[in-house]
Amino acid sequence: MTALVTIEGLSHSFGPVQVLDAVSLAIQPGSYTVLLGPSGSGKTTLLSILGGFLRPTAGRVLIKGKDCTLMAPAKRPTATVFQDYALFPHMSVGSNVAFGLRMKGVAKAERLAKARDMLRIVGLDHAFDQRPHQLSGGQRQRVALARALVVEPAVLLLDEPLGALDLQLRRQMQDELKAIQKRVGTAFVHVTHDQEEAMALADHVVVMNRGRIEDQGPAERVYGRPATRFAATFMGESTIIPGQVDAEGRIATALGVFQAPGLTPGSAACIAIRPEHVHIGPAIPAIVTDVVYQGSFKRVTATPTGAPDIRLLARLPAGAPVRDGAEVSLRFDPAEIIILKD
Amino acid sequence: MMARIASTVYAAAIYGFIFLPVAVLVLFSFQGTLFPIPPFNGPSLRWYHAVLGDARLTAGLTNSLVVAIVTSAIATILGFLAAWGFARFHLPASALLRGLITLPLTVSYLIIGMGLLIFFNWIGLPKSLMAAGIGHVVINLPLCFAIIYSQMGDHQANIERAARDLGAQEWQVLALVTAPILWPALFASFFLSMTFSWDEFVIAFLLTRFDTTLPVEIWNLLRAGLNPKTNAVGSLVFGISIVLAIVFELVAFRKRPQ
Repeated sequence: MTALVTIEGLSHSFGPVQVLDAVSLAIQPGSYTVLLGPSGSGKTTLLSILGGFLRPTAGRVLIKGKDCTLMAPAKRPTATVFQDYALFPHMSVGSNVAFGLRMKGVAKAERLAKARDMLRIVGLDHAFDQRPHQLSGGQRQRVALARALVVEPAVLLLDEPLGALDLQLRRQMQDELKAIQKRVGTAFVHVTHDQEEAMALADHVVVMNRGRIEDQGPAERVYGRPATRFAATFMGESTIIPGQVDAEGRIATALGVFQAPGLTPGSAACIAIRPEHVHIGPAIPAIVTDVVYQGSFKRVTATPTGAPDIRLLARLPAGAPVRDGAEVSLRFDPAEIIILKD
Repeated sequence: MMARIASTVYAAAIYGFIFLPVAVLVLFSFQGTLFPIPPFNGPSLRWYHAVLGDARLTAGLTNSLVVAIVTSAIATILGFLAAWGFARFHLPASALLRGLITLPLTVSYLIIGMGLLIFFNWIGLPKSLMAAGIGHVVINLPLCFAIIYSQMGDHQANIERAARDLGAQEWQVLALVTAPILWPALFASFFLSMTFSWDEFVIAFLLTRFDTTLPVEIWNLLRAGLNPKTNAVGSLVFGISIVLAIVFELVAFRKRPQ
């Protein structure tokens, strides 16, 4: 499969600050790629370079095999959905959506018809004649999406598109975004710092930190087998326990010795345990230090009596008999632990 | 009680001081006899007929309107482009250049007029309405720039970016997105410029010769002595200024949905 977008050795600096450091990435046709990272990780800079709003200090961007690194936004086959939507306040919703076609010289009747069709796809054809300020946040978001999709871009770029919405609307728009992407088949590149959003949407998650890609792949793989310690902590919660690799290639930690194939004997490494892999059972005696009731489960923090420095995080059934300060016995399956090089 | 009366009298005195001359001017423009002095024996439209029958005054009126409209349009367009340049691009010494562009606001019209007179003389541009018009652009451009620049926010920068992203050329971004969003500021600067150009005297006096603007014609008329015709033409100038000022207020301070 040839990649739709190929990013080769992209670096960018704002003055003395390097925000992207030799990033390479391939985006497949029809895929939903999510760039996930904390603020300052370079994800928005990467998106701006893809959209043509920034010229990278070094590296190349190829779209459909063509070098677009220095191509103006107007000329490249990308369209952007901005975080603040950036709708044209003086135009009707219909004219907003038809704007890109107008710039391409499409005749008025045809472009209005296409705009109406695209608004129907996002469920807003009734708002055709309204002004953007008459719409709610979620509706504006959909207009911005329709406006970008109607020009049939090869890649649609979304800059924290759900950031301005409240939580409930956000989860609802998430499902809609995914459905719309499947329906139109365009490749989406979506920037967010919300790992739940990333897991819900992405075919391909790219975890970024300090201008580098920490890990990338299907969400399940990145969550289940993160490549780095940063990826493990940013994609979901976990308990990180430091250890030492012994001569037989096993890692010795305060909670036991585990098989760690492929690690250099004598080096330092870590294991990460996801809270849902920790259960009640006879293995590790611990004292419960915190219980947070979350409705469908209890989020429990416990300190193993044998290793008082560790805060073991567990996701226990809502009915589990745990109380703050009480003794509890926990276990986890060694097959489910994540080995991380330090 | 005394304080209340005193303050009312004081307020009446202030407003009287400001508006009495204008009120007298307008009142005696309707005078029926030859001299604009009491007693008032109007109202009569005699002097307005005389003004509108005077070829020099009507030519001056037309010239003034043309100069006001053309120079305000030019000053607004130049001010808009300058504001856009400063708001959207990183320019070296941007703050210093912005200061320089607004500096003419603090220089007296006499100095600007004299400078232009010497300069035009040097390059061989004769005294004319065009010379005066250039002078009016010089005095109004800083004002237009300041008004429009103050209204260019960063949020609009993203809207312009969206237009560019959807395939708009730079001139299309300006004409279809930036200018329409800023139209209240553009409109306000246009009308404020018109108000200033309309009754500007010093620069027009220094830079015109045969064809000239209404304030200069009025000055010519006044040299021959007072008569109710000067009151009538003065009232016309005042009336048009008031209309321009009201339009400016409506545009600049009207609440609009955002």
